[in-house]
Amino acid sequence: MNGKLAGSRRILSGNEAIALAAWASGVRVAAGYPGTPSTEILENIATFPEIYCEWSVNEKVALEVAIGASFAGARALATMKHVGLNVALDPLMTFAYIGANGGLVIVSADDPGMHSSQNEQDSRTLAKFARIPVLEPADSQECFEMVRVAYDISEEFELPVIIRTTTRISHSSGVVEIGNCERKTQQDRHYTKDIARTVMVPIFARGRRLVLEEKLQKLREFSQEFAEHRVEEPEFSEGSRPRVGVITAGVAYTYVKEFVTNARILKLGMSFPLPEKLIREFAASVDRLYVVEEGDAFVEEQILAMGLHVEQPKTSLRIGELTPDRLKRFAAEIEGRQPQTVPQPVKDLPARPPVLCPGCAHRSVFYALNRLKATVLGDIGCYSLGAFQPLYAMDSIVCMGASIGNAHGMEKAGYESKRIAAVIGDSTFFHSGITGLLNTVYNKGTSTVIVLDNRTTAMTGHQEHPGTGRTLKGEETVEARVEDVARGVGVNHVVPIDPYDLDNTYNVLRQELDRAEPSVVVSRRECALRCRKVAACKFVVRDDLCRACGACLRLGCPAIETGDVDPSDPRKRKVRINSVLCAGCGMCVQVCKFGAIQKVAEE
Amino acid sequence: MKDILNISLVGVGGQGTLLASEIICYAVLLAGKDVKKSEVHGMAQRGGSVISQVRIGAKVYSPLIATGETDILVGFEKLESLRYAHLLSSNGIALVNTQEIKPVTVSSGQSEWPSDLDDRLRGAIRHLELIPALDIAQQLGDIRVVNLVMLGSLSRHVEIGEQLWLQAIEQLVKPQFLDINIQAFESGRSFDPQNAR
Repeated sequence: MNGKLAGSRRILSGNEAIALAAWASGVRVAAGYPGTPSTEILENIATFPEIYCEWSVNEKVALEVAIGASFAGARALATMKHVGLNVALDPLMTFAYIGANGGLVIVSADDPGMHSSQNEQDSRTLAKFARIPVLEPADSQECFEMVRVAYDISEEFELPVIIRTTTRISHSSGVVEIGNCERKTQQDRHYTKDIARTVMVPIFARGRRLVLEEKLQKLREFSQEFAEHRVEEPEFSEGSRPRVGVITAGVAYTYVKEFVTNARILKLGMSFPLPEKLIREFAASVDRLYVVEEGDAFVEEQILAMGLHVEQPKTSLRIGELTPDRLKRFAAEIEGRQPQTVPQPVKDLPARPPVLCPGCAHRSVFYALNRLKATVLGDIGCYSLGAFQPLYAMDSIVCMGASIGNAHGMEKAGYESKRIAAVIGDSTFFHSGITGLLNTVYNKGTSTVIVLDNRTTAMTGHQEHPGTGRTLKGEETVEARVEDVARGVGVNHVVPIDPYDLDNTYNVLRQELDRAEPSVVVSRRECALRCRKVAACKFVVRDDLCRACGACLRLGCPAIETGDVDPSDPRKRKVRINSVLCAGCGMCVQVCKFGAIQKVAEE
Repeated sequence: MKDILNISLVGVGGQGTLLASEIICYAVLLAGKDVKKSEVHGMAQRGGSVISQVRIGAKVYSPLIATGETDILVGFEKLESLRYAHLLSSNGIALVNTQEIKPVTVSSGQSEWPSDLDDRLRGAIRHLELIPALDIAQQLGDIRVVNLVMLGSLSRHVEIGEQLWLQAIEQLVKPQFLDINIQAFESGRSFDPQNAR
């Protein structure tokens, strides 16, 4: 944690502030699965020896672990990204009936604008769906405060509490006054066996359903007086009565504060259940009422359901991330001003999309799949970058683990391609690929599952998982082997390959794709980002041998660049290797038929 | 609102913009002011275009800077500097590393590298300072310290004492790399773009 500077003022990201506050709240068990933008919470928690923490294999298990800790009376934390909450929804829905013993907080980090996600769902809807409270911090300071409040609420009402962050909360940093930050030393709550409370068979669940409604009613009353809701008067007010009122929450509040200077603001700390009386009073105090929130019309629809009128601005505040530009336009609209023109970016510049790293061994799998004209069902991770030109070897991405079931379904639908492959990363395979594989075997599928094993959870910044043989705390543990799991669920053809060997990769993939039985190919090489140079050597292109055929460019390696125009054909460009970017993997040497790419002595 | 200093750092994933922006935050903290920083992790770090935003002032609300309100644009790479030039306010300054990194769309022949990049940069940015940060870093013996050269260059435009910058660097850079990072910072700080070539 970046709390290196002494004193009570720290620079903390939202995620770091949540971790520190969890420690201060006396959390004893924390579990999660990596996912941008939530990952750093557990990475920071791992620095506190007082907290048991783990990367669970997926979010469902993480929440189940946290629930177990809550059963036992300890304070527990579960962290995940928004789509992870879908995975954890099953235990959540029923645990709401059972209720928390030790305080249980779930941090669900939304990603509006989809900086690093496949959808932009709003976690708050799932909190309401489960009928549990959701808190929305607006910056790192509030993250630090609200986690502690969340534990108090969780234990007072015996309910799990969701803290909903968004990318600009999780990954923004700011000054946090941590005060005299000490770890709360409270006795764990006692566990007493009470099956009517914790065994959710119908006879007991019916009773708990009513208990949940009672709790929710009490929470509605609590929300009226909740200290994290506050009304702020406008900086500039015309006359005695503010004409405009804005109800807001989360990061949206910071934009409203900055750009809407003449509105009365109701800043909500809890967006479910809402403080109805407070909202009615606020609405009555202004002429025009707006709601500004990042994500769905979650607060707005609840206010509309109260029968209150909410203005609908012409400026769209829905879909995608809220930005200062949108709020400036909104402010101009409600103040009756012409909006300033927003400077436009320079056009016609070459795009710079993210790419598979130089030296990434798993590039060869996509290169081979492209040549084999396979239909490739993809999955979540950096290898999603194999979908783009020039590799262009992925047909779909849905959610964690989906590739295997998708491949099976295409096959069973009679899709004509004989070459159907699922491509999935190692961490994703352990997260939710195993059940899909078992299903394929059980239901007599024949698809080929390619596990790209780079020995880490790469996209989120290199986290451990069951296949790495290390825990979140860095301790050694049993190393799960993809091959063993595959054989264990009944796959007879399991082939490990070294993806740096292009010919063998191509041959094995062709053989397994053409096989009328399920098979698993394990492409195993460490993430190239972890071993800065794959090999300590450099490669150069011999200009006299390069025929400008472009074969090496089809690898999509960022270190291979087009260079001078070929004198014999002005449409062709010879290539050169960028020695700064080159990781020394030598894959390009294998695709050059003319021997133009050569290894040189290292510097 | 104008008592806030808005800094945007742009470049290519892997160039060290994140560390540079973190150091700025610490230096500001030491100077006793408020600061917010925003950046994106995950997908953007795989060699893609990256941006990190830092806002400094007595009290900062929004973690993001409105388009056209950046006071100082720190461009770690030329093409990215042009891509984000519209973020600058009309009086804004751009400090641009002369390094060029070809995106895969260019190296694979899908699009052309703009041949008139320097002219277009000068056309788009009124106050432009070109910093040969890669050359300076290479002379120091480690191209990875490009970010500290650029930070040094930025430090000339921010009212924070040199000692606080150095203290912040010490806090955030691993001890074994501290010397070369401080050298890089000092080289960037003392580089005078007016008297360069």
